[in-house]
Amino acid sequence: METIAFLVDIIIPAFWNGLLVTLALIAVTAPIGLALGIAIACGRVYGGKFLSRFFQGYTIFFKGCPLLLLLFILYFGLPPYGITLSPFVASIIGFILCNSAYNSEYIRGAILSVKEGQLTAAKALGMTRNQAIRFVVLPQALRRAIPGISNEFIYLIKYSSLAYMITVIELTGAGKLIATKYFAYNETFFALAVVYLALVTITTFGANAIERKFAIPG
Amino acid sequence: MSESEFILKVEDIHKSFGSSEVLKGVSFNVKKGETICFIGPSGTGKSTLLRCINQLTIPDSGRVLLNGEEVTHAGSKINHFRQKIGMVFQNFYLFDHLTAVRNVEIALIKVKGMNAKDAREKAMTELRQVGMADWADHYPAELSGGQAQRVSIARALAMDPDVMLFDEPTSALDPELTREVLEVMKKLAQQGMTMLVVTHEMGFACSVANQILFMEHGIIKEQGSPQVLLNDPKFERCKAFIGQFREYSQ
Repeated sequence: METIAFLVDIIIPAFWNGLLVTLALIAVTAPIGLALGIAIACGRVYGGKFLSRFFQGYTIFFKGCPLLLLLFILYFGLPPYGITLSPFVASIIGFILCNSAYNSEYIRGAILSVKEGQLTAAKALGMTRNQAIRFVVLPQALRRAIPGISNEFIYLIKYSSLAYMITVIELTGAGKLIATKYFAYNETFFALAVVYLALVTITTFGANAIERKFAIPG
Repeated sequence: MSESEFILKVEDIHKSFGSSEVLKGVSFNVKKGETICFIGPSGTGKSTLLRCINQLTIPDSGRVLLNGEEVTHAGSKINHFRQKIGMVFQNFYLFDHLTAVRNVEIALIKVKGMNAKDAREKAMTELRQVGMADWADHYPAELSGGQAQRVSIARALAMDPDVMLFDEPTSALDPELTREVLEVMKKLAQQGMTMLVVTHEMGFACSVANQILFMEHGIIKEQGSPQVLLNDPKFERCKAFIGQFREYSQ
């Protein structure tokens, strides 16, 4: 009974606030990370030598840099240079850089898998290269990238917990505070795991539904 | 014959890929409403020549003129010319994510700026023309090769081109499907569409073409009407080439 009371009175309200912050982190990061991922992928495939190399460097750097380290640099490392970011903004920027680098790789692979003939046919109809990419290549590539993008979204849900390390009290942060305050580590962290599992499960089902909706028949 | 009679003029086209010269100076003129078939051994530059006409492949030198306007070196205006030069490919290249009717209407909307309703109407008219109206809502993967090729013909026709290029349109099809595509092309020729066709369908070339251009090693080796090419002993190489097809079909 005591555990249930602890869950209802303490954990759920605290988690709720943390969850809202986690959802805010995801809601801002995911669309920008996706849009940037598309732009980077297009830049790498169609952007010519300079742009392609630049974005290749971008992806190598942000895929290679541990996310926690990136957050530390953004939050603790920039103030001496006159740039002070709030913990939330620093987290968002770090997540977007990481998320877009990975998304760009899924999307680049998907773009390369669209047959050259699709672009050729679009050009033969009088489309500019940009029109051909926008209306013919990307709609097909993004469909193929859905599993990769949704996977990255799931990672985002989980690595959003790193924001706690730079003092953003999101879901994990809220859990850690409760656990320490009430010395109830097992109950709190188990409940936390259940919430993350629920988020990931909902995302997985959502991604499957999106994949089915946009599947090309035949 | 006056210059203005020619809808398309191709002058001294050269094209190399690396050290291999694929086109070694190809010239010919096309009158409005003519059907010209390009025949010849594989790898002799026929498809490259077609792609040089709408600049999908940029020739190293030479000129292409459509209605007297230069298509080569057109810069950004090339997209305008490509609307006037329809192209049908061996592997159809229908847009996989769009239904048949959407395949036909997308360029009308995005390139020509037509409104959705008019574009749909025009797309359906073109699909009817190739006998594919009943399949309008099907995706390319749900169509047979012959059906897909007919949709791709409708897609090119929808842009109201002055000239249609067919790059081995039946090479990926079995004989039955080949027939349905050739019927559509024959109908187009009869309606007065100007057509340039790269093909190995000798029956089609001999019965529909106004002119046959026999290409070998990157040049037009022999050219003339089917009757002349087949009967005049002067054109030995072309006759021998066509003869090989006949041997197998007998």
